[in-house]
Amino acid sequence: MTATVERALPPKRLSRQRSSRVWLSRWASQLGITSALLLVWLIFTILAPNTFLHSRIYVSYAQTVPYFGLSALGLTMLIVAGDIDLSFSSTFAMGMVGYIGVQHTTHSVTLGVLATLAIGAAAGAFNAFFVTVIGIPALVVTIGTQFFYRGLTLVMVNGKSYTLLETDHAIAGRLLVGRWFGIPMQFVWFVVLAVLVWFLMYRHRIGQNAHVIGDNRQAAGLMGIPIRRTRVILFILTGVFAALAGMMNSFQVVNFYPSQGDGYLLPALAAVFVGGTSVFGGRGTVWGTFVGAFLIGGIEAGIVAVGMKDFYTQVIYGGIILAAVSIHALLQRKLSR
Amino acid sequence: MTTASTDPAAAADPILELRHVSKSFGGVHALHDVSFRLEAGQVLGLVGDNGAGKSTLIKIITGYHQPDSGELLFNGTVVNDLTVPKARALGVETVYQERALADQQSLWRNIFMGRPITRPGGFLDVRAMRRVTKELMGESMGFTSAILTPDTPVTGLSGGERQGLAIVRALHFEADLIILDEPTMGLSLSETEKCLNFVRDIKAAGKSAIFIDHNIFHVHSVSDQIVIIDRGTVAGCFPTKQYSQEELTSIMRQVAATGGYNEPDRELKSGGVL
Repeated sequence: MTATVERALPPKRLSRQRSSRVWLSRWASQLGITSALLLVWLIFTILAPNTFLHSRIYVSYAQTVPYFGLSALGLTMLIVAGDIDLSFSSTFAMGMVGYIGVQHTTHSVTLGVLATLAIGAAAGAFNAFFVTVIGIPALVVTIGTQFFYRGLTLVMVNGKSYTLLETDHAIAGRLLVGRWFGIPMQFVWFVVLAVLVWFLMYRHRIGQNAHVIGDNRQAAGLMGIPIRRTRVILFILTGVFAALAGMMNSFQVVNFYPSQGDGYLLPALAAVFVGGTSVFGGRGTVWGTFVGAFLIGGIEAGIVAVGMKDFYTQVIYGGIILAAVSIHALLQRKLSR
Repeated sequence: MTTASTDPAAAADPILELRHVSKSFGGVHALHDVSFRLEAGQVLGLVGDNGAGKSTLIKIITGYHQPDSGELLFNGTVVNDLTVPKARALGVETVYQERALADQQSLWRNIFMGRPITRPGGFLDVRAMRRVTKELMGESMGFTSAILTPDTPVTGLSGGERQGLAIVRALHFEADLIILDEPTMGLSLSETEKCLNFVRDIKAAGKSAIFIDHNIFHVHSVSDQIVIIDRGTVAGCFPTKQYSQEELTSIMRQVAATGGYNEPDRELKSGGVL
């Protein structure tokens, strides 16, 4: 809700107290998650200044966070519309099968890239078919396709890894994992696509419809909103985002392995919910997801740099997730009155 | 069609006519052989118990459900395969009470639900929608509370304010036929009176309305014609002027007890039932 309001009308007749309250209720989630990120960063910087005052760790974050962050963007759209996709971590690998197949026969990196994105779209459409035509809840369908896509990937490449050929010099390679004024392209894509998703969700018909569908599906039907079409589009976009992220991952390490993306399911979901998107649908925040991805993605390296034992990671992980979602819930309850 | 051509008084086609409409869900008859007509500029009151089929009937007229058999005529023309957007294009607007509001969304998103003002490419013209909402809030909804802005989510609204929003949304899009589905449910006395005045305004503006309620007193005070629905069929069709509230109440009791109504001593003067 908060992100829908970018330029509020001047509240002339409001008392100062009331207007600040309205302002707060709109921005609370974003403010909360942003200050949480700053706080965690501050703690890490104080405890491990050698690591956090140098650019190397930020370059590393900028490369790795977008891998699950891009999927989190797609998930944000789906969750706002009341759906979910748990299969993206498998689509992450399956898309690259298209690249391997096409690029290794045609020697065209561009065609390989297109094949990867097409497989991502197809994976999303396949999910959407079961959800909207057969009528199975998305949670259940995508648990199934998570196994199905991963299995399909393993079968198609016979469980083997592949070294990527000719990606370094290709324009597509440089666009996906090169540098732009020293900034990793993964991060640039993450930013660009986050802005795009924001426009789609808050300034486009599709996002308007997605919000209503997730908020009150009966109302959406009564008011003539194209429910099925909207849901299908969001599933396809999420599939494409996952395939794109998987491709970046492969291009970065110049290698494709069929288990890639395996650990990204929970971090991506955590980024969405830590960001402040409602699990019940109808309300989400793209900025929250963006910041949430860096919060979730930053903790692990930070804990190691601070010198704590590695197995504290999960405790702190879980603690931060619980704290963040509790704060969102409390703020929402307090300010929606 | 024959009714329109043989009766010189009904020179203009009725704005809406239902002919032998039936609908069942999983073998259960929700509606059976329902026929009635609504002349332009009139208000039709639709009354019946819970489960009588009022909601199904409304959803058929608005294109949400499609009838299994029977015909719908808008301005004398048979319309097949009615959908919600198609019905809206024909000038049918529905006030579904708060069921058709999205609670977490802002006022302007609710007003423009399903048909936003867009620029080429489907991008929203948010500024225009905020402005129109602001105008509607001041002029039509009578929202005076300073804390309400076009960006306020619907969650913060009272029952009456929600009703106002739903009604204003329907009115904004220049409908010829406005359907109000139990608009007085859950409203306070003064809010109910406001709502009934709104129905009178529709008629005064030369538009037609279908007003669904199970309170015969509300319906009686604003309608030209009352159709009683019972167990999926039309139990009777009564010109409001010729019946007092007491008479209609006893008719409704009889209908509820016996499933039908036989006029004992006077002819039905309206050609409501075909």
